Amino acid sequence: MAATDVPPGTAGARPEGTETRDGTGAGAGAGTHAGGEMPDLHIAARTLCSRLILGTGGFTRLQTLADAIEASQTQLVTVAIRRVDAQARGSLLDVIEGAGVAVLPNTAGCFTARDAVATARLAREALQTEWIKLEVIGDERTLLPDPAELLRAAEELVDDGFVVLPYTSDDPVLARRLQDAGCAAVMPLGSPIGSGMGIRNPYNLSLLREQVQVPVILDAGIGTASDAAAAMELGCDGVLCASAISRAEDPVAMARAIAAAVRAGYQARRAGRIPRRVYAEPSSPATGMPELT
Amino acid sequence: MPAKGATAITTHQPPASEVLVVGGGIIGLAVAWRARQRGHTVTLVERDELAGGASRVAAGMLAPVSEAEFGGEGRELLALGLDSRQRWPQFARELAAAGGLDPGLRCGGTLMVARDGDEAEALERELAFRQRLGFAVRRLRPSQARELEPGLAPHVRLALELPDDLSVDPRRVTAALRAALARAGVTVYEGCPVQRLLVRSGAVAGVALAAGRELRAQRVVVAAGAWSGAIAGLPAEATLPVRPVKGQILRLRDPAGPGLLERVLRFEGGYLVPRGDGRYVLGATMEERGFDATVTAGAVTELLRDASELVPGISELELAEASAGLRPGTPDNLPLIGAGALPGLVWATGHHRNGVLLAPLTADLVAATLSDAPAGRLEASCAPDRFGGASVSAAPAEAVVGATAGVSP
Repeated sequence: MAATDVPPGTAGARPEGTETRDGTGAGAGAGTHAGGEMPDLHIAARTLCSRLILGTGGFTRLQTLADAIEASQTQLVTVAIRRVDAQARGSLLDVIEGAGVAVLPNTAGCFTARDAVATARLAREALQTEWIKLEVIGDERTLLPDPAELLRAAEELVDDGFVVLPYTSDDPVLARRLQDAGCAAVMPLGSPIGSGMGIRNPYNLSLLREQVQVPVILDAGIGTASDAAAAMELGCDGVLCASAISRAEDPVAMARAIAAAVRAGYQARRAGRIPRRVYAEPSSPATGMPELT
Repeated sequence: MPAKGATAITTHQPPASEVLVVGGGIIGLAVAWRARQRGHTVTLVERDELAGGASRVAAGMLAPVSEAEFGGEGRELLALGLDSRQRWPQFARELAAAGGLDPGLRCGGTLMVARDGDEAEALERELAFRQRLGFAVRRLRPSQARELEPGLAPHVRLALELPDDLSVDPRRVTAALRAALARAGVTVYEGCPVQRLLVRSGAVAGVALAAGRELRAQRVVVAAGAWSGAIAGLPAEATLPVRPVKGQILRLRDPAGPGLLERVLRFEGGYLVPRGDGRYVLGATMEERGFDATVTAGAVTELLRDASELVPGISELELAEASAGLRPGTPDNLPLIGAGALPGLVWATGHHRNGVLLAPLTADLVAATLSDAPAGRLEASCAPDRFGGASVSAAPAEAVVGATAGVSP
């Protein structure tokens, strides 16, 4: 839906030429799987064969989370480090471990660079991972990121050896600054967290895509499968979903649907969509019709 | 063991067997009471004080309709909740008679309210869901909602009235159960942490307490709440995946007496339960924090902010108590009730948010298990063996029930 609002030339059909740009360091692996479906996604030293990252917020049952992880075929699952006790067993972290997927701790709930950095260090110690999804929230009602605090925290964490994946607004300049600060990927929003409003500014997102070389993971706003496909068609390297899956009436079925949409969107972008036209063009030519006797 | 004063309510009298209940929360107490009524000699052992854990902090909503959730497990939980709600009025009457204390059953119903367009949208989805299930739900415009509850803020956007929900005061229920047990001759040990279950020739034969003391029993019912997953002495395959889910909750008191709110109020982020005498319970957080039961400034702030936005009069109330409890959570949020993997072992745990609601049903199901009655439809949802060996989160067996895990909310 959102993709159709984009002015022609910015994010419409993107044939071969631009593919290399996405491909260089932007996460598209060189090797293509048998069947030519979807190459692996590389972020820092990690290789992911699923481009869907699952957020654990909003699941009311651990069993449902386990089933959704399986249905989504994700390999990376985010956890709000402030909302779990890493020492407590039988809990969220055990489910993730049991599912055989990696944990990506996030700093949800932090409003200052100081809190976010402290939370990231806590996560590193507790979960033995250098990876951190950096969230620094600037407004309680919209949960929009605080750009100034975010950049400051990103710099400090990169300097401290973290692999930083910042949750950012869809501002292309900020995304570039985060990349320049050494972030391993950028995670722009499509619309506010949990809003399910899809991609409100596809134009910005496609500009952002053009301007950064690290992987771009759409992080917030997905409401249903078509939003995920739109993100991938706009050139995102992956999609993170939490509420769209966890709060769906049937989270497991939605996980499956969104995984398929991510794949479909990836393939559609590489397939090169047709240009948009104002008037119709018949799909079969009207001239040279065969004369049937 | 003393058995005088026993009042058997069933005509079917199984041979008296010795039953030991581990855990003196609302579930353990209710199970012990019903088992005693069926003619068993019953002993109950509690690590701390009776009803001092989740039962003490619980709000006591008996609200299966407003708590209804999407999905298969949601439907199963709903069936259990509806069944147990049916049992509550009779349970409360019997208990009032047996314990000499009124458990404070109220039937004002629930109002689910939305504060803005987003919440109204979400509430419409909840309305459609409940209508599909055939429940009595009334959609109320703001003015209609405020006619029912004049204490509501003018900016309420939409409300649903669910007339069939009940509530009860869990502290009065457990006090009544305690009195009923004393009258019925159930032996109760308080402040006695169970070190481990005793297993003899493959069967559970009792429990070991501190200082080498043992309590023998033919059957052991584990009703140890959030600690049930960590009970020691069982082989790994007989343990169950129960984990603590922390809830912070506030108790408020109106010095002017009742009147601010008549019905249970539910909103995004919490609920407010009136006791009918000027006391209110405001809850609750859901936190995966292990055995941590501290009260935090942030939780208190958020609970009060949300509630006073909806009921401005809240700000004038006395903040009587802020506490935290640990719900016994399971991977599918359904309880674990029935025979365990070893002979002599019975589970009555994993009730998560629904311990008070499901207490009457649980006590009856356990009583049936103790009488070796065949399992029915509801038992299947609660079967302790449903997670098999490949449970998503088998809790470790080495921890000791009663270990001081900092749980005195």
